[in-house]
Amino acid sequence: MSPKTLYDKIWDAHVAHEADDGTCLLYIDRHLVHEVTSPQAFEGLRMTGRTVRAPDKTIAVPDHNVPTTLDRANAKTMTEDSRIQVEALDTNAKEFGLHYYPVTDVRQGIVHIVGPEQGWTLPGMTVVCGDSHTATHGAFGALAHGIGTSEVEHVLATQTLIQRKGKNMKVEITGKLAPGVTAKDITLSVIGATGTAGGTGYVIEYCGEAIRELSMEGRMTVCNMAIEGGARAGLIAPDEKTFDYCKGRPHAPKGAQWEAALDWWKTLYSDDDAHWDKVVTLKGEDIAPVVTWGTSPEDVLPITANVPAASDFKGGKVGAAQRSLDYMGLTSGTPLSEVAIDTVFIGSCTNGRIEDLRAAAAILKGKKIKEGMRAMIVPGSGLVRAQAEEEGLADIFKEAGFEWRLAGCSMCLAMNPDQLSPGERCAATSNRNFEGRQGRGGRTHLMSPAMAAAAAITGKLTDVRTMM
Amino acid sequence: MDKFDTLTGIAAPMPMINIDTDMIIPKQFLKTIKRSGLGVNLFDEMRYDDNGKEIPDFVLNKPQYRDAEILVAGDNFGCGSSREHAPWAIKDFGIRCVIAPSFADIFYNNCFKNGILPIALPQEQVDVLMKDAEKGANARMTIDLEAQTVTTSDGESLSFELDSFKKHCLMNGLDDIGLTMEKVAAIDSFETAVAQSRPWV
Repeated sequence: MSPKTLYDKIWDAHVAHEADDGTCLLYIDRHLVHEVTSPQAFEGLRMTGRTVRAPDKTIAVPDHNVPTTLDRANAKTMTEDSRIQVEALDTNAKEFGLHYYPVTDVRQGIVHIVGPEQGWTLPGMTVVCGDSHTATHGAFGALAHGIGTSEVEHVLATQTLIQRKGKNMKVEITGKLAPGVTAKDITLSVIGATGTAGGTGYVIEYCGEAIRELSMEGRMTVCNMAIEGGARAGLIAPDEKTFDYCKGRPHAPKGAQWEAALDWWKTLYSDDDAHWDKVVTLKGEDIAPVVTWGTSPEDVLPITANVPAASDFKGGKVGAAQRSLDYMGLTSGTPLSEVAIDTVFIGSCTNGRIEDLRAAAAILKGKKIKEGMRAMIVPGSGLVRAQAEEEGLADIFKEAGFEWRLAGCSMCLAMNPDQLSPGERCAATSNRNFEGRQGRGGRTHLMSPAMAAAAAITGKLTDVRTMM
Repeated sequence: MDKFDTLTGIAAPMPMINIDTDMIIPKQFLKTIKRSGLGVNLFDEMRYDDNGKEIPDFVLNKPQYRDAEILVAGDNFGCGSSREHAPWAIKDFGIRCVIAPSFADIFYNNCFKNGILPIALPQEQVDVLMKDAEKGANARMTIDLEAQTVTTSDGESLSFELDSFKKHCLMNGLDDIGLTMEKVAAIDSFETAVAQSRPWV
């Protein structure tokens, strides 16, 4: 048998039909659904008299719109249009018999945090959702990617997707990370090296010692941002850490089925002489704590660097860099560590897990945020929130001056009331620094939770290593 | 879905790289439960000022491009989120074809589900089309999907590549779900086999 990559193996195990021209129907094991990209799909089913083929494989949770303030049980905290979307999900989930975690359920949270937490996401699965950060689930060795609403409807109706196979890309991070360097710094550094279109058409497999050393939470952070590098999906081969994480989760297999699953999962790795269409290698030791300076996730620099000039770039990037500098209100040559910030947002499907909150708490313990700073921590799920409270992290955050919120997407995309004002500058642990992403005119610098916590204390972008 | 065969129309130039889905349709317009009506908010934050007034410099606000049906743009068009609201907004505005050196994968795919043709061409050829688009309303490009060509207002013809299945669906306005339903027996037997081999799924 010819050697295969992990992607090849998962792909081959899910082709339900292949046409002569190579167009495949890929069977979908898990379909995650949220309120923003699904209403039109359910409406489409109704209009055509179709139904959900596999409701037992379809999981719904509202996350994008939901307020994260403690008073959210009061319907008035939501705008009318948000409320209509959340209610539509509620109706659709009940009418079509989906697994459903409503706003009032302690297990509610960001769909990409809830899926793994509840054991819906397992190695070797195909996972899709009408959300580009579905790539997150690749951390389990699951082929996971975002789809549009028409495809959501297609999966609801047929439990398959029309697909052509992508190419294989290997991203290897060798060696060990230096202290203060995290999964977020890895994933941002990779995008900095390859560009936001470097992964277009590929499925990335992340490997190497630095990846193996990461916890499952860290691996999810890395895969989450595969899409920011252009790749629909990122993958990490499952190992003992993966199996330990999955074991005992509510929807993970048990008993003999667990053993059978484990036998298969252990075959899910790229064969030694598998073919790679593209290979990128970074040395773990060379990765520094990074921040973004511009309005594309590829605008990444070590915190010790200076704001670049447009003339540092080539081609179409010259104009783009100038536009970014203007939008971000930055002067080239300024040390990044002197850039003052107004707001700190810790949360999102990139960095809203318990390990992220622990990392922030380690920096914030016994400290206060800078006066006048607006700072919020939005846990990725109700269960992450409960665990953080149990571990005493919530007290650290509150004593430091952070708002301690309920779970949701919140200020990552600012569809709920959590938004930046024009010109407001934010240190954010989310995944996109696009113009207007966190609110019209808002200025976003992406970084790790530890770096965001450090910035909250000093009031400017800060090298977390000076506070460790 | 609307069929796409040929299109002759005004092309609007947007010589920017990384035009992301948040630019195409900002999140405040995602709170709809319909597919229609988003055209007025296409490129909202570039098109209108804080008071909702049109910004005259923005390409689609210029008199010669208000009726554009083709968009010519820079590398990595449509990067960012999976929101199909982006192609919905483009289509609702009246644009049926986007030409760029490269597209983000999910956006590219979403276009075909909505009767929009995304055309990827090498940078040098996009540069030619960008110049042609910059001539304004009197310059009209022609797209011929069957022949897979773009013809400039000067008559220069450029060929583009396209997946044959996607082309077939677009030309005939086919409904993907209907096509897949014809293969339901294959899905049934796959599901039965997996229930045996991977029962935990």
